[in-house]
Amino acid sequence: MTMLSVQDLGVSIGPIAPLSGVSFQLERGEIIGIVGESGSGKSLTAMGIMGLLPLIGGQIDHGTVEFDGIELTGLSENEYRKLRGGRIGLITQNPMTSLDPLKKIGPQVDAVSRLHLGLDRAGAKARTVELLGDLRIPEPASIYHLYPHQMSGGMKQRIVIAMALGADPDLLIADEPTTALDVTVQAQIIRLLGDLVKQRDLSLVLITHDMSVVAQTCDKVMVMYAGTAVERGPVQDIFDNPKHPYTKALIGCIPHGLSETVRLKGIEGTVPGVAQYPSGCRFHPRCTIAEEVCTRNVPVFETGAKRAAACHFALEAAQ
Amino acid sequence: MILKYSIQRLLMIIPVSLAISVVIFLIVHLLPGDPIDNLIRVGSSPEDRIALTAKYGLDQSLFEQYFLWISQIMTGDFGQAIVLRRPVADLIAQNLPYSLQLGGLAFLFSSIVGLILGIVAWASQKTWGEQFVKGFILLGSTVPGFWLALLMILFFAVNLGWFPVSGARDWTALVLPVLTIGFGGIALVARVTRVALLEVGREDFITLLHAKGLSRPTILFRHLIPHALLPVVTILALRIGWILGGAVTVEFVFGRPGLGSLLIRALGQRDYPVVQGSLLMLALAVMIGTLIGDIAQAAMDPRIREATK
Repeated sequence: MTMLSVQDLGVSIGPIAPLSGVSFQLERGEIIGIVGESGSGKSLTAMGIMGLLPLIGGQIDHGTVEFDGIELTGLSENEYRKLRGGRIGLITQNPMTSLDPLKKIGPQVDAVSRLHLGLDRAGAKARTVELLGDLRIPEPASIYHLYPHQMSGGMKQRIVIAMALGADPDLLIADEPTTALDVTVQAQIIRLLGDLVKQRDLSLVLITHDMSVVAQTCDKVMVMYAGTAVERGPVQDIFDNPKHPYTKALIGCIPHGLSETVRLKGIEGTVPGVAQYPSGCRFHPRCTIAEEVCTRNVPVFETGAKRAAACHFALEAAQ
Repeated sequence: MILKYSIQRLLMIIPVSLAISVVIFLIVHLLPGDPIDNLIRVGSSPEDRIALTAKYGLDQSLFEQYFLWISQIMTGDFGQAIVLRRPVADLIAQNLPYSLQLGGLAFLFSSIVGLILGIVAWASQKTWGEQFVKGFILLGSTVPGFWLALLMILFFAVNLGWFPVSGARDWTALVLPVLTIGFGGIALVARVTRVALLEVGREDFITLLHAKGLSRPTILFRHLIPHALLPVVTILALRIGWILGGAVTVEFVFGRPGLGSLLIRALGQRDYPVVQGSLLMLALAVMIGTLIGDIAQAAMDPRIREATK
């Protein structure tokens, strides 16, 4: 059953168009990784699905976002609010700044179940304490009464996850959930998310810039570059046989064990800013196999197929 | 915890007041001129002057004079006004209620209206509402109080005759002074509120509150405003002292009694005990204001409470 279907999504903020041509599908119980460098449009994709673009002065310019058969673009704010937090949960990047510092953490989690499940104060509290326990937080009943500044980053991220799960959602969107955490805690949180998807039969959009996280947890992956999607497919396929030169280069950036002879590969150049997107294929200035056609024509990114690569030389690159 | 913190801060007032009393005493006594100039009759001999100076103890060393004054204060005696020939405590007791009345009302008025205007400006971003409040803030922070006071007297008192021109007979005499002092306060509070709301609004946790499906009013009243109140409380606390003593020009223009008027008059006559007494009272008001502000902040923000443990 298709949980989320994004077709040719484009976002505009005032006169600029920082995101276009994003398409993917996500089934129930699946995890899709959205990877790319910072500035590639991963977070905008998340904000677009959540209907939160107006907060940063943006809007969905074209394309469709269908969640469990409901078309989200053009949904009224009131209808959207029922889905947000209720059926779609968001996990943000920086747990340090994601909780209201003036309020105890328990009531902040309660708010979700009280709003969406209509629980009373006592019911919401019981639910929160149970949820914190499920997330392997020690002594949830006393943690309930702490303020955010009294907790570690990893604990705070669990609280944020608890808020996202507060009303038993069907879809979670995690925007770089581990970037701001210590490496040891990162692994715990990623494992926790993977387990939650299995136990609760959720769908998860996992936004990250870490290819190794994708390899460990995701079923499928969409690679983004400079505000557009460049490749999409099942994780195993993408790693075994990347068709887009950018994906290939990204995979080349993952360290493999300890080796003195192999230097870690980087990618020459930097991601262009929104105002300087190149003509044609946006990756061509950094691409090793670019030809004249790449500077003129925008490569097609198939919306429906399981596997897609927006490259004029997709097949050649694969060899 | 807050109680212990409050008591600690309250006790701190004693040493700070002592330090302030030294500064006040020195500044007042080192000013050129003395109260004898105002007392002595024309044609008096230098001997008369020496006698008069001795009578008020002004011939003693500054050191002795200070200790006499401060030891009197310790027993609650503010001394005798030299030129006005009355106990300083009486003069202050007579004038303080007027200052408290005007200051308290202006304070309430400017806090409430300023807060509302700041929220309106924030909620109406990029519309004429925001432009209106921004214009008002600019006007309110630049227009001098005495000029506004004169304008108000001309319009509402002289032309329309709604309120008395001056004095402090009944509540109608309070309206124009409160409006005048409130005007600047509103601008200040509105500006701080608006900026604080804009800053907090950009925080990640606000995005997450939207992602939880909370409505805009809930987010505004439960989360944004409590944060915006923190800096507002700070500036309001600093303003308590200013309003009590600094609203001198407004008191003057409206011919109102008050601590500010008393101070200005006594300063002109170099009436040392009165100047020292009223300055000490104002300093105390500033300290108490700051203290209330700090306690309010600790009550509102768990991070500050933690730091004061």
